[in-house]
Amino acid sequence: MSTSITTEAVMDYDEAMARFDPVMGLEVHVELHTNTKMFCGCPTTFGAEPNTQVCPVCLGLPGALPVVNEKAVESAIRIGLALHCEIAEWCRFARKNYFYPDMPKNFQTSQYDEPIAFNGYLDVELEDGSTYRVEIERAHMEEDTGKSLHIGGSTGRIHGADYSLVDYNRAGIPLIEIVTKPMVGAGERAPEVAKAYVSALRDLLRALDVSDVKMEQGSMRCDANVSLRPKVGGDPLSAEQLAVPLGTRTETKNVNSLRSVERAVRYEISRHAAILAAGGSILQETRHWHEDTGVTTSGREKSDAEDYRYFPEPDLVPVAPSRELVESLRGTLPEPPGLRRRRLQGEWGYSDLEMRDVLNAGAVELIEQTVAAGASPAAAKKWWLGEPSRRANAQAQDLVTYAAEIGLTPAHVAELDGLVTSGRLNDSMARQVLDGVLAGEGTPTAVADARGLELVQDDGALEAAVDKVIEANPDVAAKIRDGKVAAAGALIGQVMKEMKGQADAGKARSLILDKLQ
Amino acid sequence: MNPDLTRATAAELADALAQGTVSSVEVTQAHLDRIAAVDGQVHSYLHVDGEGALAAARAVDERRAAGESLGVLAGVPIAVKDVMTTKGLPTTCGSRILEGWIPPYDATVVRHLREAGMPILGKTNMDEFAMGSSTEHSAYGPSRNPWDLDRIPGGSGGGSSSVLASFQAPLATGTDTGGSIRQPAAVTATVGTKPTYGGVSRYGLVALASSLDQAGPCGRTVLDTALLHAVMGGHDPLDSTSIDAPVPAVVEAARRADVKGLKIGIVKELGGEGYQPGVRARFEESVQLLVDLGAEVVEVSCPNFDYALAAYYLILPSEASSNLAKFDAMRYGLRVAPEGVDAPSAEQVMAATRDAGFGPEVKRRIILGTYALSSGYYDAYYGSAQKVRALIAQDFARAFEQVDVLVSPTAPTTAFKLGDKLDDPMAMYLNDIATIPANLAGVPGMSLPSGLADEDGLPAGIQILAPAMQDERLYTVGAALEGALIDRWGGHLLDRVPELTATSEPKGA
Repeated sequence: MSTSITTEAVMDYDEAMARFDPVMGLEVHVELHTNTKMFCGCPTTFGAEPNTQVCPVCLGLPGALPVVNEKAVESAIRIGLALHCEIAEWCRFARKNYFYPDMPKNFQTSQYDEPIAFNGYLDVELEDGSTYRVEIERAHMEEDTGKSLHIGGSTGRIHGADYSLVDYNRAGIPLIEIVTKPMVGAGERAPEVAKAYVSALRDLLRALDVSDVKMEQGSMRCDANVSLRPKVGGDPLSAEQLAVPLGTRTETKNVNSLRSVERAVRYEISRHAAILAAGGSILQETRHWHEDTGVTTSGREKSDAEDYRYFPEPDLVPVAPSRELVESLRGTLPEPPGLRRRRLQGEWGYSDLEMRDVLNAGAVELIEQTVAAGASPAAAKKWWLGEPSRRANAQAQDLVTYAAEIGLTPAHVAELDGLVTSGRLNDSMARQVLDGVLAGEGTPTAVADARGLELVQDDGALEAAVDKVIEANPDVAAKIRDGKVAAAGALIGQVMKEMKGQADAGKARSLILDKLQ
Repeated sequence: MNPDLTRATAAELADALAQGTVSSVEVTQAHLDRIAAVDGQVHSYLHVDGEGALAAARAVDERRAAGESLGVLAGVPIAVKDVMTTKGLPTTCGSRILEGWIPPYDATVVRHLREAGMPILGKTNMDEFAMGSSTEHSAYGPSRNPWDLDRIPGGSGGGSSSVLASFQAPLATGTDTGGSIRQPAAVTATVGTKPTYGGVSRYGLVALASSLDQAGPCGRTVLDTALLHAVMGGHDPLDSTSIDAPVPAVVEAARRADVKGLKIGIVKELGGEGYQPGVRARFEESVQLLVDLGAEVVEVSCPNFDYALAAYYLILPSEASSNLAKFDAMRYGLRVAPEGVDAPSAEQVMAATRDAGFGPEVKRRIILGTYALSSGYYDAYYGSAQKVRALIAQDFARAFEQVDVLVSPTAPTTAFKLGDKLDDPMAMYLNDIATIPANLAGVPGMSLPSGLADEDGLPAGIQILAPAMQDERLYTVGAALEGALIDRWGGHLLDRVPELTATSEPKGA
């Protein structure tokens, strides 16, 4: 059975913004990359054979009991601290009860009214350089569910599927859910703010080294709540506007890229606006985002009637992190990404525009490591933002992932740059070497050796080539003798051709000028 | 030692095994023969593992022959309540929904038994998921009381109590959520201890109510029970609620058997009206014996115990409704397709399976618990019950400021007739009125025989309660009283249990 997606009416975004004030709430789930699961000793490796990383505990077998992963608690506290949250002195896990085949116990061990971290904020830098402060409601610990794979049917969703398979490898992976307070006052920039928040959060979590934060692999997932209320006046932050009660929200799931966060919020704003403008009312429900078509469709209805029957998890003792532990974890926090970016920009001497290119390419860490390996900041930027970025883009991958998969390391790039600065390669040869590295032919030195790429250091051969070219072009030589130095370019080209490209163009130029002046 | 190996105590068997006068194979075989002869009438076992038990017995005999140093109970066979997972052996919890399930892992308690070299004879019957006081809620039929086969052996651990009272095993394991070790012990003239909550690992115990469940030892004497307690107990890193402390010195306490100078409190609220006269008479005699032995006895009041049953029947069903959610036909156990539905959804299969696989008492408690946890009712029910629970713990704390141990009758009555209370859940629940407070507060409790009630000639039990982590007190008081009672009776009470006539139709295992 194929489901056709009915196109719903949407209002032009600018018109929607003229009439309504959007309010968002973002819930981000982050899988921690601890070695073991939240409540058992099973490994957490991504992409293992289905149902090979399971045990009585994460399969929810009768009699099995959970034990809290202390590393996960520490990661949760570090995330809380990095988000300027208060850390609970005493908190408990709770059971969230509902039936679903991918949940082994038919309850999820989560936290309810006693989160480990609460009341924080994250300052998010927008494209124009201004800052939006996202207030954080809470960050709590929970376990991931298994993963259902619906076979048959056209949508990959459960409806219409012939059968479903469940992989419990993911069941019990530690998750941190980070929930914002209602994000008000963003006005027409709401979609941009949403994307910038998720992006900043991703940078922060990456800097904390607590998660792989790969949205495409599901290790970071975003649910976007959106509601509209009537617009009052022009200032989204005015007291009058903030006093208007919130509208009914929808929760859009399956938003699995930064670009989708922005698009999904924008779409929901336009969709809500069309319904409200036509006198309709918003149904409080879960929506599914469709990356390909750029629309959301209705999921299961999520009303307040849904009752998870939370109660404190009796199989676990309370988590009571000592203040000493919290302070020692505070000492492990990395430099905040925003400060770090400004520091690196200064150290590297990049212009604002250059830094933005580097950020957009996701190349900050790569460049940092390349510089640490000995390359100049300018060279590091030139190489990473060249061919590797182009190819990563073409494959819709982020640069870090692409480089990791292809096996291109900062050490390689530094080595490549070293081959140029030492005079062994010129730029065009270096590009050929990089192609070789990207093709998996080995390290830059190995590729240069294998392809026989090396500037000819034998001045005799170069001099002979220069003499030959001068003799063959008496008219050009005459111009140069008359002081038209620019004409040397034509001769240099021919010399390089004579040398089959393996000569230092600068050296050829000075030889030509020496001989003709 | 009694030449009939099945009549010997575990302590006697342990000595004989250590001295080499009997082998574990002989002891184990004697019990398997007894099982074959009488379990058709008593129905204590859901599964008998003769082959596995004999293999374990042979292994321990070989180790002993090789001069290895072994634990005290090495070679003494044991029966395991079917609520504990046993690798390679069926574990049904008395429920259809787990029919055919073979766990891939051992409960920590079972691992302790195996490591101690104790052959596991089989798995004992129980009320489904330990919900009940009679074993009548077992999906596989009730066990019977060896004192009168028309009567209940107590519950939920009636399989383990009847196994001991019919000499089909010298020791058995139990679990006690509201009295499931102590009440069966009381009605069969056997001994059972619910240790301090966290004293014995819960890992591998199929959970009824996580905050109340506690595994413990069952035996025919206080010393036997202590020997098993020492094997079962101890810290388990797989159970977050396990106490990180050594097992209390229960065996030494049982051998000490001394109450001189101890202050013993009679709980005012656990006695009097509603308690059978014969049960009260035996209890009062036991108290007098304790005085004769040198204890000081006072009455103490625990006023909030009056609310214990109500609080218990909110907390237990709430936790049970969540603990039993995992039985959904998706991964193991029974799977039933709904009738008249083509290509049923997972949810429809779950519903049909739970409908077919759970018995009425389990369904009743799941519904109660689901209701009690519902939004809007949570504070009134679950929240209030937790407050009562705190008050009961406070009552215990105050009482233990005045006395060293508390005593009460274990159950208000002797064993009732099969079927008598099956249609009256409230009457069934009231049987646990004296045992429930200890579970709510997490304190340890023991039941031992106090004698036979005059009006029906059936066993009654006395309960001893101690502060948390003070399990030794149960054993020193229990052993002292047991000694005095046996002197008075001129032998163990179980010597008077009617002889079961061997049948030629052993129950198929």
